[in-house]
Amino acid sequence: MGTGQEHTVKAFDQDIKQLRALISQMGGLAEQALHDAMKALQRGDTSLADQVRGKDKAIDAIESEVEKLVVRLIALRAPMADDLREVIAALKIAAVIERIGDYAKNVAKRVPLIHTEGEDRIEALSLLPSMAQMASDMVHDALDAFASRDAEGAARVCQRDSALDDFYDSIFRTLVTFMVENPRTVSQVAHLLFVAKNIERIGDHATNVAEMVYFAATGRYLADEAAAA
Amino acid sequence: MTDAPHKMSARGVSVFYGDKQAVKDVSIDIDMDKVTAFIGPSGCGKSTFLRTLNRMNDTISSARVTGEIMLDGEDIYASAMDVVQLRARVGMVFQKPNPFPKSIYENVAYGPRIHGLAPSRADLDAIVERSLKRAGLWEEVKDRLQDSGTALSGGQQQRLCIARAIAVDPEVILMDEPASALDPIATAKIEELIHELRGRYAIAIVTHNMQQAARVSQRTAFFHLGTLVEYGETDQIFTTPREERTKDYITGRYG
Repeated sequence: MGTGQEHTVKAFDQDIKQLRALISQMGGLAEQALHDAMKALQRGDTSLADQVRGKDKAIDAIESEVEKLVVRLIALRAPMADDLREVIAALKIAAVIERIGDYAKNVAKRVPLIHTEGEDRIEALSLLPSMAQMASDMVHDALDAFASRDAEGAARVCQRDSALDDFYDSIFRTLVTFMVENPRTVSQVAHLLFVAKNIERIGDHATNVAEMVYFAATGRYLADEAAAA
Repeated sequence: MTDAPHKMSARGVSVFYGDKQAVKDVSIDIDMDKVTAFIGPSGCGKSTFLRTLNRMNDTISSARVTGEIMLDGEDIYASAMDVVQLRARVGMVFQKPNPFPKSIYENVAYGPRIHGLAPSRADLDAIVERSLKRAGLWEEVKDRLQDSGTALSGGQQQRLCIARAIAVDPEVILMDEPASALDPIATAKIEELIHELRGRYAIAIVTHNMQQAARVSQRTAFFHLGTLVEYGETDQIFTTPREERTKDYITGRYG
């Protein structure tokens, strides 16, 4: 970070490197979970949906690994300044990624409820993948910004959240209209509404991650900067 | 940093040892109610600067101080300044505890006696007791005040030296690595003592232990190669230092 210069105590750099690796591994799993959940939803693939639900445990396991490493790092290395901010940010980001994983799992859980036997395919389904892609990109870019201490990249992720919110609003209206026109599908489409809401929440969490990355990199709060601008 | 007048104010202070400049153009304020920590790598000038604050450098013949240092608005390097009086007002505690080879009582009583602060034996007894209490040593030594000060443990000796500094009722206490020769428990006692003394005295402390600076001080000054690189609130220095050099030093990236 900053100077990019290494610590005099090399083991400290190893710990930090390991922490970044865990976060990026965890983020990768969460992105994959969302991707697979959406694929399962589109294809009505319940066995893929089951896999997504099973893999959530791996994300939880990495979260507790991050917790242990952070506690050890603080106890043994007494990090200061940007190091301290990064370690604290990593702890918080791990908790947020775990939540993102839970939302993906929740989407997967709804697959069998949306694709009930003998029902027609619901057209509105086709709107959701591009919204999910948008949220997934935000998560990806926020974690890239974390890995490379990129405050500007983090700020750009935050700017994208309102577009995702607009997307959600328009899908919400479409789904409600669809329900009114096809009362038979209400229970399935209600589940789709939750899916859309989950994706919208994932975008909010990606924004939170990006704000933490910004603080870790600069020591300043993005919200304060925006207010001052 | 505050509107109240500063207890001590240094302006453009430089210190030379012969041709070598050890401190370069340092300006800093020391306030009551605050502990100011000076940190920086060895040879950065922090101890040299600390010693200018009660003219300890006067004892080194090659040392020359330029700039201005005020104590309550009074220039301490002015010819009218009585150096003995100055050092009573600005006391000092050193890295190695250095009690006199005399009794515990005499160690504390010496200063008040030569400064004429105790007209009677009862006054002197009261000053000794009060000073030892403030230094957190009274309970441990009250039954053996006539024992030699050098027979105490290292941590007790250091608190005895602090009691000795307090006995002459100073306004400022300078500490030059007061805990670096002590074990962690004795160190914690000194740190707790610094916390209790704050408010009664303005305190400036030089320390190599950054965690200690973070624990005991409200303001931190980072010195490097004789210059004052950054001076600010301690929590700001340790969480969001403004200068790259400060950050590299406190995060352990100093080359």
